[in-house]
Amino acid sequence: MARRVSEGPEPLGAGTTAALAALSEDSAEELYESAPCGYLSTLMDGTIVRINGTLLEWLGLERETVVGRMRFADLLTVGGRLYHETHFAPLLHMRGEVSGVALEMRTTAGGRLPVLVSSVVRQGAEGRPSLVRATVFDATDRRSYEEELLRRRREADQARAEAERERLRAEADRARLTEALTILRKSFLPDTLPDVPGMETAAYYHTASPDQLGGDFYDLLPLGDTRWVFFLGDVSGKGPEAATLTSQSRYALRAAALHSPEPADALATLNTVLLDRYADNGDPRYCTAVFGVLEPDGDTGRARVRLASGGHPPALVMRADGRADFLPTPGGMLVGVLPDAHFATTGTTLAPGDTLVLYTDGLTEARTGPGSDSLYGEDALLSFAADHAPSTPRGMVDALTELLRGFGDGLGDDTALLAFGVPASRPATDTPPGRR
Amino acid sequence: MIGMDVLRRNNVTVTGVADGPVVVLAHGFGCDQNMWRLVVPALAERYRVVLFDYVGSGGSDPSSWSEERYSTLEGYAQDVVEVCRELDLDRVVFVGHSVSAMVGVLAARAVPERIRALVMVAPSPRYIDDEGYRGGFTAGDIDELLDSLESNYLGWSSAVAPMIMGTPERPELEQELTDSFCATDPDMARVFARTTFLSDNRADLGDVEVPTLVLESARDLIAPREVGAFVHSAIPSSRLVTLDATGHCPHLSAPRATAAAVLDFLEDLWPVG
Repeated sequence: MARRVSEGPEPLGAGTTAALAALSEDSAEELYESAPCGYLSTLMDGTIVRINGTLLEWLGLERETVVGRMRFADLLTVGGRLYHETHFAPLLHMRGEVSGVALEMRTTAGGRLPVLVSSVVRQGAEGRPSLVRATVFDATDRRSYEEELLRRRREADQARAEAERERLRAEADRARLTEALTILRKSFLPDTLPDVPGMETAAYYHTASPDQLGGDFYDLLPLGDTRWVFFLGDVSGKGPEAATLTSQSRYALRAAALHSPEPADALATLNTVLLDRYADNGDPRYCTAVFGVLEPDGDTGRARVRLASGGHPPALVMRADGRADFLPTPGGMLVGVLPDAHFATTGTTLAPGDTLVLYTDGLTEARTGPGSDSLYGEDALLSFAADHAPSTPRGMVDALTELLRGFGDGLGDDTALLAFGVPASRPATDTPPGRR
Repeated sequence: MIGMDVLRRNNVTVTGVADGPVVVLAHGFGCDQNMWRLVVPALAERYRVVLFDYVGSGGSDPSSWSEERYSTLEGYAQDVVEVCRELDLDRVVFVGHSVSAMVGVLAARAVPERIRALVMVAPSPRYIDDEGYRGGFTAGDIDELLDSLESNYLGWSSAVAPMIMGTPERPELEQELTDSFCATDPDMARVFARTTFLSDNRADLGDVEVPTLVLESARDLIAPREVGAFVHSAIPSSRLVTLDATGHCPHLSAPRATAAAVLDFLEDLWPVG
């Protein structure tokens, strides 16, 4: 294959030069008439004084019916005229030029030609506007592209609006759910603790998640004589089923208390209730609970406590002299697992300045480190209690609430606290002599 | 609504003779108060000239716009009433272009004590044809206009915008004007267009009792002469003047003749000397 090396433009042949000369002779007129765009000139009032062949052909018009007889706006569709009169013409007057405005022209065949019009006002001899020159481009393709864009944008807008409605619906659903859960949660707990003569009481319920039902419950109620019943428990699982169980457990224990306030008997009743309800349907459910009877003695200023535990973490007792101990209930079984469950019973006496604290394992199983085994634990709780003893029910519940808050995300479970005690004859926060 | 807010909300401009009789100039659908700039100098020699933009147009505060309020001409009339109240204007001559002529009718009915006379520039009480009435348009035409608005705003947001907006050879048009002129938010423009072209205020014309100048353009595609005649005959206290002008905006295409006709009318109200 021969290779030709080109060095600059080749000289034009004589024939080419002649052809160019012939073309340039009529190029101005020819270019105007047959340009690939429409041209027209109008007087300031819009009367068309010149129009090129291209535009006449596009619109199917004859020159003699247009020049001197039609105005620019007459070429437009009616909507286009409105746009022309309200936007295009004012802009042209104010600015002296308008570029790339989208309009539609009418064709004699009854069709519409989307166009882009640019107009410029030409100044006359005394510098006054005398003429408007316009170029008209066929914008059929651009218009379909725009329409496609517009269609897509409308679709996107609609999708966004729908997503927004969906979000609002979801928010409303969530608000309703939270409200329902709040109401349901109230059935786990008394609205307020009753006043127990000669005793001080305090309680706190920590909700781990506003849209997740935990399963802690507690209560304190009078037996009609001088005795009071208290209990606190924690059911297995979370969610609606756990919530049902929680509510059932609380009311079963209340009923059991009125029937027989013997702590182990009350837990046995709950055990039977849960077994009856859940054992047969293949979905066994159980709980841990502490149930006790409190007997304040107005004469001695002391209160006797007898309690039974079904698999529940041991109660804390904080003495007026600054000691803190668990009240062990070894061997107590979970409530609702075995028909003949054994529940361990124990007792103590609260002297003035003593406080007894019940809690659920949300407290002792709070995570304190990155690992799943870094739990707060009973030892840490005991030393926390020792550091705070002696205290009051309110003081201790407040201290533990603060402790719970400090766990942050480590506190994954609901946590209930119930404390009661005999007020000290002098403020319990005073450290007795000889301690520390 | 706190006082200053109305003036800012409607981008109110006051010019001319501070203690002169008051002329309020109200723009129509399409642009904003800059439409009046060619006739303002003549009016400002003797009158206090108040200009404003309807909420949703020109330099108004778009956050004050609501579709509900500006879907009826009463909403626009409320803008007029609030501007008059804010500046404590009494006995003004309200000059309204196009749809604003009807806004003026509604405002004069709402606060007759504040509006002494009306000038209607290229008015039309109804744009769509009706039985026994020729407004010049069909409902389909209005849809076309809405398409046109949409198409052009799309164009403006693309590469075409700088060519439309830039006027380097006209430095006397300050940048601010260039930026805002006709560049109304398309959603608001669509509501204004619908409100304008779908309204029917023929029955309201009978309520006009103040002296009224109907100023029509001899060649106006939007408000043809038969519409001007209709308005004139519906308002007994009106005078009809036909300007030798082309187009719907004689204050732009024939500013001198427009200003002269308005000044004539004003001088009858406030005779010189």
